[in-house]
Amino acid sequence: MAFVLTQTINGIVFGMLLFLLAAGLTLMLGTMRIVNLAHGSFYLLGGYIGYTVAQRTHNFLLACLAGLLSIAILGVLTYKTVLEKRFAKETLAQVLLTFGMLLIISDVCRWIWGGNPLAIPKPEMLQGTIYLGSIVVPLYRLAVIIIGVVILLFLWWFQEKTKYGAIVRAGVDDAEMAQGIGINISLVKTLVFSMGALLAGLAGVIGGPFVGLSVGLDIEILLLAIVVVIIGGMGSLRGALVGALLIGLIDSFGKSLLPELSIFTLFAAMVVVLALKPSGLFGTR
Amino acid sequence: MEALVVEKLTKDFGGVRAVNEVSFSVEPGERLAIIGPNGAGKTTLFQLLSGMLTPTAGRIFVFGKDITKLPAHQRAALGIGRTFQITNLFLNLTVLDNVLLALEAGGMTRYNLIRPVSSYKHLLGQAEDILRQWGLSDRRDFPVRSLSYGEQRQLEIMLTLSQNRSFLLLDEPTCGLSPEEAQSFVSIIRAFSRDFTVLLIDHDMDVTFGIAEKVMVLHYGTVVAFGYPEEVKNNPQVQEIYMGVD
Amino acid sequence: MKDRKSILRIATVLVLLCLAPLFLPSYYTGLLTLILIYAIFAMSLDILQGYTGLASLGHAAFLGTAAYIVAIINVKVFHGPHFAIELLAGVLSAGIVAAIVGLIVLRNTGTYLLMILLASSMMLWGIAFKWRSLTGGDDGLPGIARPNLAFMHWNLHNTTDFYFFVLLFFVIAALLMYLVVRSSFGHTLLGIRESETRMTALGYNVWLQKYIAFIVSGIFAGLAGVMLVYYNGFVSPSELHLVTSAEVLMMVILGGVGTLFGPAIGAGIIILIKNFVSAYTEHWMIILGALYMATIMLAPRGVYRLFKRSEKRG
Repeated sequence: MAFVLTQTINGIVFGMLLFLLAAGLTLMLGTMRIVNLAHGSFYLLGGYIGYTVAQRTHNFLLACLAGLLSIAILGVLTYKTVLEKRFAKETLAQVLLTFGMLLIISDVCRWIWGGNPLAIPKPEMLQGTIYLGSIVVPLYRLAVIIIGVVILLFLWWFQEKTKYGAIVRAGVDDAEMAQGIGINISLVKTLVFSMGALLAGLAGVIGGPFVGLSVGLDIEILLLAIVVVIIGGMGSLRGALVGALLIGLIDSFGKSLLPELSIFTLFAAMVVVLALKPSGLFGTR
Repeated sequence: MEALVVEKLTKDFGGVRAVNEVSFSVEPGERLAIIGPNGAGKTTLFQLLSGMLTPTAGRIFVFGKDITKLPAHQRAALGIGRTFQITNLFLNLTVLDNVLLALEAGGMTRYNLIRPVSSYKHLLGQAEDILRQWGLSDRRDFPVRSLSYGEQRQLEIMLTLSQNRSFLLLDEPTCGLSPEEAQSFVSIIRAFSRDFTVLLIDHDMDVTFGIAEKVMVLHYGTVVAFGYPEEVKNNPQVQEIYMGVD
Repeated sequence: MKDRKSILRIATVLVLLCLAPLFLPSYYTGLLTLILIYAIFAMSLDILQGYTGLASLGHAAFLGTAAYIVAIINVKVFHGPHFAIELLAGVLSAGIVAAIVGLIVLRNTGTYLLMILLASSMMLWGIAFKWRSLTGGDDGLPGIARPNLAFMHWNLHNTTDFYFFVLLFFVIAALLMYLVVRSSFGHTLLGIRESETRMTALGYNVWLQKYIAFIVSGIFAGLAGVMLVYYNGFVSPSELHLVTSAEVLMMVILGGVGTLFGPAIGAGIIILIKNFVSAYTEHWMIILGALYMATIMLAPRGVYRLFKRSEKRG
C-alpha cells in the first residue's frame, strides 16, 4: 500500500512537471501549428541557467526567476527572428528550424556545463519531509505539485477569462479575421510562444533537484511532452493535464515495476488512445 | 425507381441544426434546383449526399440502395460527382494531369506501381479528346493556376461531367463566371444526357430557373417548398423569405 | 528532347560513380559508399514527403528496424553472415513496421501525424535502448559480418568491392523508386499531395493510397538500413533516433523535395559537411544546426531546383 501511494505521489509530481512542458507545447500547436522541437532544449537550458544562478547566489527563487526569464526572452527572440515572418504557413519549415535550435542548444549546453549530470540543490525551506499517513514524502515534491496547480489555475484563467485566451481557444490563426475583432494576432502568437518557453525554462529549474540535468535529457523530456500532447489532443489544456498525469503515473509505476519495458508501457498507452480516439482524448481534429 | 430518395436527413453541429429532417426524392434524369438564403443548409446537404459529412439522423438511397453509411470515395465511385463552391482543382498540376487524375479515378491503374502513366495510350487518348472538345489542347502542359478563373471553372465542370457519374451535385457552378459564360453553362446542362441526374445550387436565378425542372427551397435547414418552378415562385412563404433577402 | 538530356546526364553520373574508386583514396570511397546508402534512405523519404505530401520525423524507424533485424540474425541466430535471409528479413521487417504503424496512424494528417511518427520512432529507440538482452542496449550490437560473396569473387571486406556491392543496390533501388514515382500509382500520389479532398471527391480511396506509399517508402528505407549495418559492422539505437529522422528529412529538403534524385544529392552534401566539420571541431553539432537553419531560410526549395532553374535561364 505504501508502495502504491509513494509511486502515485511521484507520478503526480512528475506529471505536474510534464504538464508545465506539455501545456506550452500544446498551446503553441493550437495557435501556431508549430511543433517546437526545441521545447526540451528550453527545459534543459533553463535548468542549467538556474543551476548556475543557484550555485552563485544559493537562492532557489532567484534561480527559478533566472530560468524562466532567460528562456522567455529566448522564446521571444526565436519567434520574432526565426519563426514568424517567412513561414507563416509552412509548418514543416518551422519545425525543422526548431530542430536546428535543438542541435545548437544541446551542444552549447554540453560546452558550457560539461557532460556530467548535475542537480540543483533544493531550497533550504523545502528540504525536509512530512508524513502523509504511512509514507514519507519530501516536502519539495509537495511544493512542486502546489506550484503545478497554481500554474494550471493561471493557464485556465488565461484561456477562459481573457481576450487573448479566447483567441487561443478558438485556434484562430487567420490574421485578418482576428484583426476584425480588434486583436493583434501577432502579439497573441508571440505571447503564447514566450509563455510556453517560459514554462519550459521554469520546469527545468523546478525539476532540477529530482530529475537533474544531463546530456540527452532535452530529447528525453521532449519525447514525453510530445506523447502527452498526442494522448491529450493538440491544442487542449485539459488534454495536457490529463495526459501529463497519466504519463507521469505510468512512468512512475512502469519504472519501478518493469524497468526494462517502461517505454513500452508508454507506447502501449499511446497506441490504445489513438486506436480509440484518433485525435487524442480531447483533441478536436 | 427513384434515382435519389432522402429520408428525414438531419445534421447537427454542436448545438446548431444545419439540416433539419429533410426529405425529398428525385427521378432519374431530373434537374432539381435547391435554393434558399445564405446559411440555409444547401451546401451542408450536398456534403451529406456526397459523404463528406455523416448525418446525425436520416437515410439516403441511391437507386434503391441505402448509401447512408458508405464512405465518400465509394459514393463518388458509385456515381455521385460534385463540384465545390470554390474551385477545387489541383492548381499546381498541369491541365493534362488534372484530366488524367479525373479519368484514372475509376480504374485499377491507380494501384499499378510500375507502369508509367504515359504508357496508358487509351487513357491519354481520352484525355486529349476531352481537352480538344473544350478547346484546352494548347494549354495541356500549363499549370491550372495559369488559367483564368472562368476557364478553371469550366475545366472543373467538364471533368465532373467526363467521369462516369450518374449524379451531378453542382454547388454554385457559375460563381465567378461572366454572364456569357454562365449562359453557355446553362445550355450545356440543358443539352446534357438524361443519364445524368442533376442537383444544382446557384444564387443566379436565371441559371437556376433556366435549368430546373423541380425546385426545393431550404430555410434554416428545413424544406419550405418543393415543386415545379412556377408553383414555388408563386408560393407566398417563399416570397416572404426572399422579400427580406432581395 | 527532355528525355535524351536526362538519359545522358544519368549515364554520366553512373559512369562517374563506377570509376570513382579508381581515383579516390580508399577513405573517400568508403565515404561515397555511406553517401549512397543515405541516398537510398533519403529518396525513400521523398516518396512520402515530396510525392504524397506526408511529413514524417520518424523515418528512422524503418532504417533502424531493418538494421537491428539484420544484426540480430547475423550475430545471435546464425553467428555469421547469411545474406539472403538477412536482406529479406531486414527489408520485410521494415515493411511490416510500416504496415502496422500505418494502419494505426494514417487516419491523421499534418502536424499531429508528424508528432505521432516522431513518437513512434523514438519509442522504438527507447525499446532498443532498454532491451539489453536482445539489442545490446546503449552499446548496440557489434561484430556484424558482411555477406560472404566469395562465390562471386567478391570480398566485401575490401572497400572497393563493398562500394560496388552498395552501388549495385543503389542503382536497383533508385530505378525501382523512379518507376514507382512515375507510375500511375505515383501519379495519384501527386494528386493526394495537392488536395486530399479533391481526390476523395474524384473517387480515390485516399487512405489506401497513402498506406501503400507508406509501406513502399518503408521498404526502401529498410534496404538502406540493411546496407548501413553492413557498412558499419555494428548497430546502435541512434539508427532509430529522432536525430537520424531529422537528418534524412534535411537531406530531402536540402536536395529538393519531390525531385527524387535531389535528396540523393542532399545526402551527399550533408554527409560530406558532417565529415569535414567534425574533423575540425568537436562542436560540429552547432555548425550542423546552423546549416539546417540556413538551408530552411535561404533555400527551402532545395539545391536540385536551384540547379534546374539556372539551367533554364542559361
